[in-house]
Amino acid sequence: MAASQSGLASSPLDTFPRLLLNHAAVRGDRPATREKYLGIWQTWNWSQVAQEVRAMACGLAELGFKRGDNLALIGDNRPRLYWAMCAAQMLGGVALPLYQDAVAAEMVFVLQDAEVKFAIVEDQEQVDKLMEIKGQCPCLEHILYDDPRGMRHYTQTWLQGLDEVIAMGRIHDKNQPDFIPGEVSRGRSDDVAVMLYTSGTTGRPKGVCQTHETFIAAAASGVNFDQLTEREDILSYLPMAWVGDHLFSYAQALYAGFTINCPESGDTVMTDLREIGPTYYFAPPRVFENLLTTVMIRMEDAGAIKRGLFHYFMAVAKRCGADILDRKPTVSTADRLLYALGNVLMYGPLRNVLGMSRIRVAYTAGAAIGPDLFRFYRSIGVNLKQLYGATETCAAVCLQPDREIKFDSVGKPAPGVEVRIAENGEVQVRGKILFKEYYKRPDATAESIGADGWFHTGDAGFFDEDGHLKIIDRAKDVGKLAHGAIFAPNYIENKLKFFQHIKEAVCFGHDRDMVCGFINIDMGAVGNWAERRGIAYSGYTDLATNPQVTELIRECVEQVNAELSHDAMVAETQVHRFLILHKELDPDDDELTRTRKVRRGFVAEKYAVLIDALYSGKASQFIETQVKFEDGRTGKVSADLVITDAKTFPVMKKAA
Amino acid sequence: MSGRKIGEVILDLQNISLRFGGVKALTDISFNVREHEIRAIIGPNGAGKSSMLNVINGVYHPQEGTIVFRGEKRHDMEANAAARAGFARTFQNIALFKGMSVLDNLMTGRNLKLKTNFLQQAIWWGAARREELENRAKVEEVIDFLEIEHIRKTPVGRLPYGLQKRVELGRALAAEPEILLLDEPMAGMNVEEKQDMCRFILDVNDHFGTTIVLIEHDMGVVMDISDRVVVLDYGKKIGDGTAEEVKNNPEVISAYLGTQH
Repeated sequence: MAASQSGLASSPLDTFPRLLLNHAAVRGDRPATREKYLGIWQTWNWSQVAQEVRAMACGLAELGFKRGDNLALIGDNRPRLYWAMCAAQMLGGVALPLYQDAVAAEMVFVLQDAEVKFAIVEDQEQVDKLMEIKGQCPCLEHILYDDPRGMRHYTQTWLQGLDEVIAMGRIHDKNQPDFIPGEVSRGRSDDVAVMLYTSGTTGRPKGVCQTHETFIAAAASGVNFDQLTEREDILSYLPMAWVGDHLFSYAQALYAGFTINCPESGDTVMTDLREIGPTYYFAPPRVFENLLTTVMIRMEDAGAIKRGLFHYFMAVAKRCGADILDRKPTVSTADRLLYALGNVLMYGPLRNVLGMSRIRVAYTAGAAIGPDLFRFYRSIGVNLKQLYGATETCAAVCLQPDREIKFDSVGKPAPGVEVRIAENGEVQVRGKILFKEYYKRPDATAESIGADGWFHTGDAGFFDEDGHLKIIDRAKDVGKLAHGAIFAPNYIENKLKFFQHIKEAVCFGHDRDMVCGFINIDMGAVGNWAERRGIAYSGYTDLATNPQVTELIRECVEQVNAELSHDAMVAETQVHRFLILHKELDPDDDELTRTRKVRRGFVAEKYAVLIDALYSGKASQFIETQVKFEDGRTGKVSADLVITDAKTFPVMKKAA
Repeated sequence: MSGRKIGEVILDLQNISLRFGGVKALTDISFNVREHEIRAIIGPNGAGKSSMLNVINGVYHPQEGTIVFRGEKRHDMEANAAARAGFARTFQNIALFKGMSVLDNLMTGRNLKLKTNFLQQAIWWGAARREELENRAKVEEVIDFLEIEHIRKTPVGRLPYGLQKRVELGRALAAEPEILLLDEPMAGMNVEEKQDMCRFILDVNDHFGTTIVLIEHDMGVVMDISDRVVVLDYGKKIGDGTAEEVKNNPEVISAYLGTQH
């Protein structure tokens, strides 16, 4: 499909469909999308993708999809779901990706709120979920499925295979070749392109409406900032409903014209990562943490020589690796030589195992990353950087420039973005990347974008002397201890979470006289630790209540306390008492958001009896909790939880 | 319930008796299996269920009786002939190659489909190479079907029990069987694993139209997924019919609950 034919050569590239058609014309042979199918990576180039998207758009139009309609997308990262976003946009519709692991009841609200008529879903599992709630969503008229497996006996007329719809669209496109170019030329850059529902740490989810203009601006800013080209490869494995994935796998890929690679399944990501070797990589801290935990576990099981080498060279990397990556002149020649040797023996192979050999730029965002974790990746030569943003700002407010990396900052405002700190310490943002509105919620929109056009992020932070933004915590989470010291729970929790044995931590202390916390152990790491010591356990609850495990966690907590005592700002907030929770915090039980952030208020309410026990000085507390399984059934977990006192340290004067 | 049509009798066992010395494992048992159906064999411990399966695929040779398979009458089956005729099975105790990867284990399921000789395969060129690629493609379909992509390269010995069971089913499927014999596919599994396995068995039956004969202890499972059930006790047939019929059969109830005669 040549640009001249479609009559789009002269129009500006200000919507995603136009960008797509342009890529098909300019770099039609370059790979656009890859997916591993039956063990083999299949590739579609830009012109094939454009054809597929056109056909899909025509098929949707035949079914009655109209300008302004919302198209719900539910499933893992499948090429055709990404293409469907563009197909909807071709017709002037809005793509609405949902979290694929949400249970049916959670989807009801979004489907009702957005009055979704059309949904494209991945497979039978998602179809079943929608069928369960179809009665509650009277608007829902058509459900299309990507994977026909298991669908042969579904005879409902409102269910159709995407294959048939595309085939129908192909005929339509052939008969009316002017239809799509006409629809594309009617698209305006200030049309809403995508709606992303916020995970909602508080209250009901809100649909964040982003226009073509805002997301293209955000994509352009990132692409120019890191000089990304059409030759980048990216692994698209994060939930499509997350703003980060939308920015990297959709907006930036369409802006720069690089290749997205869809993994075979959620469980194969590690293998697929190695096979693809992306040049550009994006992951929330949790993923980097899991990768590191896996490496550490495997190293513990390695032979003595290998383990010795690993620890020796990791010490070298810790000393000078990050500085070498930043091209600082201060590193001694001896260290440079050692690092070069380490690169051959250790860092290179390690990067290869992690699938990070080809990475030019890697980003992390979504939650604060522990400084030690961050330093680890940089020290082995992975150019990991942080960015800061929110769904409302297309995820791109601040980025760390190359060679100006600080472990505890999120970088400088992106080009064209203004950031200021309000009097109460809240970070506020203004620029082209701001969302248009919350869907049908003018009250909430007005509340978060002030009359002066500044968006209130709800995060507390400050600028350091070099103009780098530092985020401390959610503004509403930052509290004060009873005697006045500032209490930033996230800061402490992140320190705790860097220990491989601790998966999640929740600290309390606002208006209290001391800080106490809940700990979730990491089943993989602690399980391995227990196995090597011959400690028998039957499951998570059993392991979590084991006294030896409690002792292990106590050591971690005390180490954090020692670190906290060095910094006058936070020294008062050492963790005095803690307990290990009997179950993992889980999004299915509403304890975490779908992006796996702790819903602090909910957890505090649900486990109020445990908090009381922590503060009342009790030595143990019985608790029984209902848990929800993935298929919606419920069960009960109960345990007698031991409450442990941790040693605290006297406040030290900051060393000169 | 479905688009699959249960067809004619494909396998007919007539008056089968099997003895090991003085021990009568099976006594005068007759039942048949129809095309595309799921047929369960149940019974208490030592009832002769596994022996029955072994008779069907030719591991044991009954002293008396006739086996009619697709109209062909014979006294007994040879294991090799059974495999060629389209029988594949899984075992009560997993019988996989523990040190080999999942992929390699599944490839062994394709062994009978190989036509090139040892020398050709050693050189791995031309026909042998093409053949391996074709077989690998089939195996990949099975991997996709059973959703075991993530363990493709993992040695089987390192997998949890439930997954090993699934791999074993995969190896049987790789042979593209007409009749699948499953010996306690759900033994020792937790509820979730059982549910998964049930789904896969139903899917195999539905998707490929494979006829399935299975032995199972878990009565809930049997009643849910089988079309017809045959009940054995002490080597004798004491019931045969749909799940509902069998459930209400007084002899079956007494065999399971141990009521006094």
